[in-house]
Amino acid sequence: MKLSLRFPLVTTLVLLLGGPLQAAEERLTITDWATGREAPIRITLSGYSGEALNVLQFDLEVAGFKVVPEAEAQWLLQGSSQGQLQGRLTDAINKSVKFSKAYSGGSLRNQVHTLADEVVEAAAGRKGIARTRIAFKVKTGEAGGAGEIYVSDYDGFNAVAVTQDRTIVAAPSWIPGRRGLVYMTHKFNNPDIVYHDLGTGERKVVARYAGSSMSPAVSPDGRRVAMILGKSGNPDLYVANLDGTGLKQLTQTREDESSPCWSPDGKFICFATRQGARRVLARIPADGGTVERIPISNVGNPTEPDWSPDGKWIAFTSQAGNNFDICVIPARGGEARILVGGEDPAWAPNSRTLVFTKRLGSRRVLSLLDVPTRQNKDARGNLGSCSQPSWAR
Amino acid sequence: MKRRFLVNVTMLALALTVGSVGCKKPEKGVTPIQSGRTGSAPTRTAPVTQGGTLPGGAGTDATTVRETASGFPEGDLSLIEGMVPDTNYFAAQTVYFDFDSSLVKASEQGKAQSVGNEMKAKPQAKLMIDGHCDERGTEEYNRALGQRRAAALREFLIRYGLSPDQIYTRSFGEDRPVDPGHNEEAWRKNRRGEFILLLPP
Repeated sequence: MKLSLRFPLVTTLVLLLGGPLQAAEERLTITDWATGREAPIRITLSGYSGEALNVLQFDLEVAGFKVVPEAEAQWLLQGSSQGQLQGRLTDAINKSVKFSKAYSGGSLRNQVHTLADEVVEAAAGRKGIARTRIAFKVKTGEAGGAGEIYVSDYDGFNAVAVTQDRTIVAAPSWIPGRRGLVYMTHKFNNPDIVYHDLGTGERKVVARYAGSSMSPAVSPDGRRVAMILGKSGNPDLYVANLDGTGLKQLTQTREDESSPCWSPDGKFICFATRQGARRVLARIPADGGTVERIPISNVGNPTEPDWSPDGKWIAFTSQAGNNFDICVIPARGGEARILVGGEDPAWAPNSRTLVFTKRLGSRRVLSLLDVPTRQNKDARGNLGSCSQPSWAR
Repeated sequence: MKRRFLVNVTMLALALTVGSVGCKKPEKGVTPIQSGRTGSAPTRTAPVTQGGTLPGGAGTDATTVRETASGFPEGDLSLIEGMVPDTNYFAAQTVYFDFDSSLVKASEQGKAQSVGNEMKAKPQAKLMIDGHCDERGTEEYNRALGQRRAAALREFLIRYGLSPDQIYTRSFGEDRPVDPGHNEEAWRKNRRGEFILLLPP
C-alpha cells in the first residue's frame, strides 16, 4: 500500500519542478546532495545471469539505481544474457516500452556497459558512465615504493599498465579529449612531470627541475598544465603549456601548495594551501592574480580538491586525526557535506559520480560513489595498492 | 595517431546513431559494439626522451641566488647529472620531524650542522636532501610536505654557511617509509630528511 503510493508522489514532484519553480529546484538539488536523500531509481532485472548480471547490477547501482523485487519497481529490464545480450526496458507504471534491443560484437562486459548506459539515459534522463575510463597509480609492493600508472575501465576491469619503469610514480591526470596522461615519475632519480601519449607510447618531459615537480593537472582545453614545483625554494603553484614551455609562477609562499585542479571554464585553479596555522582550499585566476580562500564552514584540513565538470561543486578530502573523509562543497564555498570515508576524489564526466581511494589496512582500493544517493561500490582491486584516480573526460 | 583517433570517433558516432534509431522502434534493434576496449588503451611505451629541450631551466648560479618569498631558489639540476650518490655516508645524520611539521627542531640541528661541516670541507661534492613523510596525510599533500622538509634543511644549511648551489632537494612524500608499520613508532621514523653525498664521477 505504502509502496504504491510512492509512484504518484514522485510524478507530482517532477511535474511541479518542471514549471516555474527553477530557483526552488536548484535549492532542492543542493539539499538532496547534502543529506543523501535522493531516492535511488527502483528497477527489476529479469533474464540475466552470471557475469552479465553482475556487471549490470554494478553499473546500475553506481548510476543511482537500486535492484528491487518486481512489485516495488519503477522500471522493468527484461532480457537475456544467454547467447546474444538483449534488453527491453519497460515503465512499470504505464507499461510503455522505452526500448528493446540486442547487442553484438565486443566483449560481453562492453555490451552490458552499453545496455546499462542506455537504461540510465532512458530511465533517468542522464548520460551513463559505464563506458568511461580511469587512470590511477598502483603500488606494486616492490622495495623503494615503486609503482606503475594504470588505465582501466571505470570499474577497474581491463586494467593495463601504462608504465613499466619500476619506480615511484604519482598523480596521473588525463588530458581532456585526448588519449594521453601527464604524471609524476622518479624515472630519472628526481620527481619530474612527464607527458605520455597513450596511442604512440611517446613520452616527453614537461617539468624537470631541482626541488621536485609534483601534482600535475591538465586544463579543460588540454593545452596547459597546473603543477606544484619546488624550484623557487618551497612548493609553489605554476602553470605551463603542455610541452612545458611558457612556465609561469602563480604563488610564492613558504607554505606548501598542493593538488591543483581547474574550473571547467579554465579560468581558475583551485588548490590546497595554508593560511596562518590553518589548511585551506583557495583559488587563483589561471593567468595569475589574487589568491582567494574558498570558505569551508564545518570540516578541517582540506586537501585534494576536484572541481566538477558542470562547475557547481568542489569535492575534496578532509582530515581529522587519522580519518579521511570525502566531502563536497558548492564551488564558491559554504557548508561541506561529508559523504563517505576516503580520500582523493575525482569527478566523473557526469558531475555526479566520484571515484576515490579507500584505505584497507596496508592496501588501498578505488571506490565509486553516486553522490546524490550515496551508493558506494568498490572497483575491482586485484592489482596491489591502488590510489590517485583520474577520470577520463 | 590523430587520424586513428578520429576514425574511432566516427565509428562510435555511427554506432550511437544506429543505437538511437533502434531506440525509436519498439522492435528489436541491434547495437553493434566495437571490438576491443572502448576509449583508449596504450599500445606500447617508448622511453622518455630526456634532455634536449627542457623548458626554462633554472640556471641559477651561486652569486645570484637570493632569498625570495618562497625561500632560496634551487640550482640547475643538470649540474649534478652523472654524480655518484653515496647514501650511507650521512646515514647517521638523518633528521626527524614532528607530525605535519617542517621545522628543524633544536634537538636535530646538531646532525644537520655536522653535515654542513663535512660539506664545507668537500667543495667538489654536492648534497642531495630527500624529504619523507609518514602515511598520515593525503598523498600529494605529503609530497609537498616532504619537499618543504627538504627545503627547510637546505635553508638551515645555507644559513649555516653552505653555498646554495651545493645543495639540492627532492621529495618522496610517503612513498618510501623506513618502517611500513601503521603506528606512532613507525610514523616517527618515517618523518625524516636524509642526506645523500654526491661525488664527482
